[in-house]
Amino acid sequence: MKNLLASFYAFATIAMAQGPLDPSLLTKPLSDSWPTYSGDYSGRRYSSLTQINQSNVKNLTLGWVSRVSNGPSSFGRGGAPTITGGVATTDSSEAGGGGGTSIRASILEVNGILYFSTPDNAWAMDARDGHQLWHYYWRTRGGTHIGNRGLGMWGNWLYMETPDDYLVCLDAKTGKERWHKEIADFNLQYFSTMAPIVIGNHILVGTGDDLDEPGFLQSFDPETGDLQWKWYSVPTKKDDPAFATWGDLDTAKHGGGNVWIPGAYDPETHLYIVGTGNPSPAYMDSPGRKGDNLYTCSIVAINVDTGKIAWHYQTSPHDTHDWDSTETPILIDGQFNGKPRKMVLHASRNGYYFTLDRITGEHLVTSKYSDTVNWAKGLNKDGQPMRDPEKDSTVPGALVSPNNGGATNWPPPAYSPDTGLFYVPTNDSYAMYYLTETDPRGAMGLGGKDELSVGSLGAYLTAIDYKTGKIAWRHRYPGTGGNLGNGILTTAGKLLFAGDLSGNLVAYDPANGNILWHTRLGNVSNAPETYLLDGHQYILIAAGDTLYTFTLY
Amino acid sequence: MVERGRAIYGVNCQFCHGSDARGGEGGPNLIRAEIVLKDQDGELIGPVIQNGRVDQGMPKFPMSNAQVADIAAFIHSFRVAGYDNSRMKPPTILVGDRTAGEAYFKIKCASCHSATGDLKGIGARFTDPRALQQTFLMPGGRGGGSVPPTTVTVTLGSDQKIEGRLVRIDDFIVTLTDSEGTQRTFRRDGDKPHVEIHEPLQPHKDLLGVYSDKDIHNLTAYLVTVK
Repeated sequence: MKNLLASFYAFATIAMAQGPLDPSLLTKPLSDSWPTYSGDYSGRRYSSLTQINQSNVKNLTLGWVSRVSNGPSSFGRGGAPTITGGVATTDSSEAGGGGGTSIRASILEVNGILYFSTPDNAWAMDARDGHQLWHYYWRTRGGTHIGNRGLGMWGNWLYMETPDDYLVCLDAKTGKERWHKEIADFNLQYFSTMAPIVIGNHILVGTGDDLDEPGFLQSFDPETGDLQWKWYSVPTKKDDPAFATWGDLDTAKHGGGNVWIPGAYDPETHLYIVGTGNPSPAYMDSPGRKGDNLYTCSIVAINVDTGKIAWHYQTSPHDTHDWDSTETPILIDGQFNGKPRKMVLHASRNGYYFTLDRITGEHLVTSKYSDTVNWAKGLNKDGQPMRDPEKDSTVPGALVSPNNGGATNWPPPAYSPDTGLFYVPTNDSYAMYYLTETDPRGAMGLGGKDELSVGSLGAYLTAIDYKTGKIAWRHRYPGTGGNLGNGILTTAGKLLFAGDLSGNLVAYDPANGNILWHTRLGNVSNAPETYLLDGHQYILIAAGDTLYTFTLY
Repeated sequence: MVERGRAIYGVNCQFCHGSDARGGEGGPNLIRAEIVLKDQDGELIGPVIQNGRVDQGMPKFPMSNAQVADIAAFIHSFRVAGYDNSRMKPPTILVGDRTAGEAYFKIKCASCHSATGDLKGIGARFTDPRALQQTFLMPGGRGGGSVPPTTVTVTLGSDQKIEGRLVRIDDFIVTLTDSEGTQRTFRRDGDKPHVEIHEPLQPHKDLLGVYSDKDIHNLTAYLVTVK
């Protein structure tokens, strides 16, 4: 203990300058830094910082503004050097690359430096004034450029996934590339957006795929980039116990279940707890999909040392609407039925909320958090919603809630131990699902249906009591449209920060949803974060191509 | 080359793998097969064709490399993407009961609409019944149809009410266009000033949680006959 303390103080004195990430920060409650996707491993996005609190939040003021631009050139971008990497011989992103810069990532804050990303681009920025230190640009082979969820950090190294399926290791100090490794086959239509999660000497990496290829989670060596293990979310062999939940092996091996949003980690059990994506083909009830289709649309617990599955809980057995269960699960210690319990909280895209035991995966609570959801015939004995086949896509059309975007989606939820509430952006939406592929062999991937939006009856910031699954309060966004917020931050200052649907960054009272402060940025594009530097707490937010901080002077 | 490949494929491969290469009698879907996805011009497909996979039921075919390249060109001519737009032409959606649809219309729709008034000829205006169905579910969406604007009333004092078209609203601001075409923005602090939104599509929204899919299909079957 003495040694640990000594090294902690030694670390504290050098923490004033750019430097490596102290791994012990990752297992401490979220405080001065933001060293991983969710801030800490729990996924709670609850900061213990209290300098900004309910009594002074009304005095919050602009700290700094900084704008970035995608693309290969550093001209006119604050003089920071652009370092170019990549394997493509021609630049396919050149044409539109600079136009639509949108920061949707979690931003790391380590030793006074911010590290963040967009597809093919990474930056280091001074957290005190927003000036750029370096910019890295990856020349892409193509692939789906839907977003990039952020960087991972181990020591002095940063890790980024690229849309064309490479894991790139960068020197955090200079932005220079150390190595890149191919993590999935580009020809098989994989694309990679996930923020790598660093646990011990494991770099956990997921990928996406909209064709019928199998999903997987991989672990790489942080020094060499060598593969340590690979866990498939669908059966690849007949002796896999999950095979009993499929009609045939060929369909199972093409069964989807991609892992494309980071999970949470329990250091006590060494379990990485993560949600998986939809089965494939997404909208077809083909004979090969007969059964529940494990481990798609599930919360799974993977041992980080072995890559083996410890438990699973499927939130959408036999999904037929592309409703992934990928939203980051939140790990909490709390009371349940009068006893202390270690739990997982999760809201699925399908409109249902779940509380599980995180040691065993035992089901504790299910509730419907969207009033309009109409695709299930109730819950089975394990608390799983039972699909109503009449609400699958049909030729004359089925009116289904939620729409394909979901009652919620991947944006980060949050939890506050002060209130015992789980916070999530939600949308009560409807769509007509038309089946266009009547070939009994089924369509591929997301094909075979046409979904026409019918509208939303309301979009909300929703607070759920994890003990009962009941909605404690919810704030309806004014107006008649519907959409989904971009994620949530809670703090020990008894504050909840979130972007609304009109471009405002808003501070709420997490106990009741009362509004305490706001500012209009025009287009909030990620989940708010916070850090403390030189004795001052900052609130950090992205709005399109621009980062803003807010602080107290 | 694709045409030559189509001919060779038709003779030798189609029975097992399907005319569209998505699988047929016993043969797997080729379009999503790993070897096909990685293949450029027959270099990976070739050995499988020429040597077969006898243990898996795939016979060997004594083809030249040029013939293999033709087959590869044909298979690669199918677009490969997760969003499969190639099969978006749906069969007819008209499965409902016209009489039941008319009865439903009288109960749920006739307080605002009339088959001889505002909806006269609606069945003739739409060539695609699906567009008609979308339009009555939510006018102004992908089915088309014109929608009266959403309006808003802002009550400033005890008797000062300002009305106009809603431009935008959030928790802090409401903007409207008044009768003279001027945009006016008002700060909002909770319920001050009092703001009332008039959503002309509210009855359509209210019905979403009410109708069954059968009701919807019956209504469509009826409305296509309103000439």
